[in-house]
Amino acid sequence: MNKPIPNSLRNGPDGRGRFGEFGGRFVAETLMPLILEVEQAYLAARRDPAFQPELDRYLADYVGRPSPLWFAERLTRHLGGAKIYFKREELNHTGAHKINSCLGQILLARRMGKTRIIAETGAGQHGVAAATVCALFGLPCTVYMGATDVERQNPNVFRMKLLGAEVKPVTSGAATLKDAMNEALRDWVANVADTYYLIGTVAGPHPYPMMVRDFQSVIGEEARAQLHEVEGRLPDVAVACIGGGSNAMGLFHPFLDDQAVRLIGVEAAGRGLDTHEHAASLSRGRPGVLHGNRTYLLQDEDGQIQEAHSISAGLDYPGIGPEHSWLHEIGRVEYVAATDEEALAAFQLCTRTEGIIPALEPAHALAHVTKIAPGMPRDSILLMNLCGRGDKDIFTVAEHLGVKL
Amino acid sequence: MSRIAARFAELKQAGRGALIPFVEAWDPDQATSMALLRGMPEAGADLIEIGVPFTDPMADGPTIQAAGKRALKAGATLARTLAMVGEFRREDSATPVILMGYLNPILSYGERRFCRDAAEIGVDGLIIVDLPSEEAGLLAGDAEQNGLDIIRLVAPTTDDARLPKVLNGSSGFVYYVSITGITGTRSASSEALAAAIPRVRRVTDLPIAIGFGVRSPEQAADAVRTADAAVVASALIETLAASLDEAGRARPDTVARVLEQVSSLAEGVRRARR
Repeated sequence: MNKPIPNSLRNGPDGRGRFGEFGGRFVAETLMPLILEVEQAYLAARRDPAFQPELDRYLADYVGRPSPLWFAERLTRHLGGAKIYFKREELNHTGAHKINSCLGQILLARRMGKTRIIAETGAGQHGVAAATVCALFGLPCTVYMGATDVERQNPNVFRMKLLGAEVKPVTSGAATLKDAMNEALRDWVANVADTYYLIGTVAGPHPYPMMVRDFQSVIGEEARAQLHEVEGRLPDVAVACIGGGSNAMGLFHPFLDDQAVRLIGVEAAGRGLDTHEHAASLSRGRPGVLHGNRTYLLQDEDGQIQEAHSISAGLDYPGIGPEHSWLHEIGRVEYVAATDEEALAAFQLCTRTEGIIPALEPAHALAHVTKIAPGMPRDSILLMNLCGRGDKDIFTVAEHLGVKL
Repeated sequence: MSRIAARFAELKQAGRGALIPFVEAWDPDQATSMALLRGMPEAGADLIEIGVPFTDPMADGPTIQAAGKRALKAGATLARTLAMVGEFRREDSATPVILMGYLNPILSYGERRFCRDAAEIGVDGLIIVDLPSEEAGLLAGDAEQNGLDIIRLVAPTTDDARLPKVLNGSSGFVYYVSITGITGTRSASSEALAAAIPRVRRVTDLPIAIGFGVRSPEQAADAVRTADAAVVASALIETLAASLDEAGRARPDTVARVLEQVSSLAEGVRRARR
């Protein structure tokens, strides 16, 4: 957790949940008392000396942490530049980084005496992780998922159902992640007394962006220690993909005060940044308010939210966590984008050179790695968060490659 | 005195509560919603709430979501909603008009410019669903400067300790969200309202309107027996939606059917003994 170091970039948010001008708590009054209760409960949990050790035990024995740091030697040779390390979050139980925050939050929900869990999901990775911890703790779980995503992420839908969760397809809007989040918020408003909303990313009203970041920071903390062990130093560059931004925030946050470490977030450029079919909120959006926080959003001139597009369901979101918006404005993190095509190429490259099938989400991060690694010195170090595995994506990839399964 | 305060003072004199019907701007098209707006005062509306369409109405149920979708498809924007108010004000300078919506279109328009334009064109109050008291500072100065009332929402979850904080800086009237839930889903019992409203009264002298779940003339009457006004939205939009043709266009009797319902709600409100 944050130590109060003056001039640190890790002190945010302020008491009102702001990172600079971003963040906040823009929710209906019905939810406001509950949001404040979640904040109080989380702060109390952080102070409780028993909370973190219990979470650590679950992370070690249930998730399998620490996740390995893998030197991607063949990929490094192939690209001919920087030494590439993967932080292998895809080896976590349930196959992605999402479980880190789900465990933290379910322990919190239990402390709060909540007896029902709701969640939203895009790619289904967060939904699966939420359904998993609910099975583990014996709590009923309802997952809201855009109907479009239900279709393209069918394996994960079945997984959630096997785990005992109820999956509710959402048909409003473009029927993707944004709409799933609207519907989860509506459920929460109607069930405030017994329900905990387990948000999957570093967005939503305060304290969620802070809390999910804290739970995901284990990624960067571990990577930092692991790199120190094998290389004796910090990475030169750290790269992660960004939808809402939880895996990137988890990787970046422990490095924010190390000015020598270049941090790069990769948004989904979909069919291209100059088309209207992308999910690059920072590159092409502007600040506004959605889902409880002020942040960069894809929106039209009237402030109506635009649909995002990405081949990857997990990046298909027109907003981004507020702390990323702040890091963008102050210039600490660079935000770039990779297209569907570039991600598909990186997906195949990773599979063939490293024998690792990545999710389409981190394939976007890898696409950027393939652009910059060749131009970096051979003794430089590039750290990438391989935040999820690609089993769920093989149908989507097959379709794009024209293969019938 | 503001139009809202004047209207509530008149009604107090007359010894009755207010009916506040809701119309979604541009649902299903500009002309229909304009005709509804124009016809509402004669049908018995004491104040009028105009919904500003937004792509992501997180506190609204399926009925108002669908209304917003139809409106956006027809070309609704915040500026065009303001233009409707301007047109309305050419004929009616007495009926208070309140805009209800979400924050982002206002931010996009520009807070300062919006408050100025809205007041100038004849808007009296704002209900911004996703602007709780914690964030209200964002708009408070500009609204006050332009004489716009910021109408706060109070919910069953707002406890006694929190009430004064929520109502601090509110004006016009207080909007009591009668259920924990989204619009158009369920209704509060008269007993629940009878318990809740005095709790709010202890903290404010402002009139109190009850919204969310007020559907029938009887429920509207119930609402004004304990509070000062009843807001009816989803029930009216359901009537509008049911009158549309297969392509979602208004039929010749769409406006009449909705206004007829406003009339019967108004009768309910006027019959209610206080």
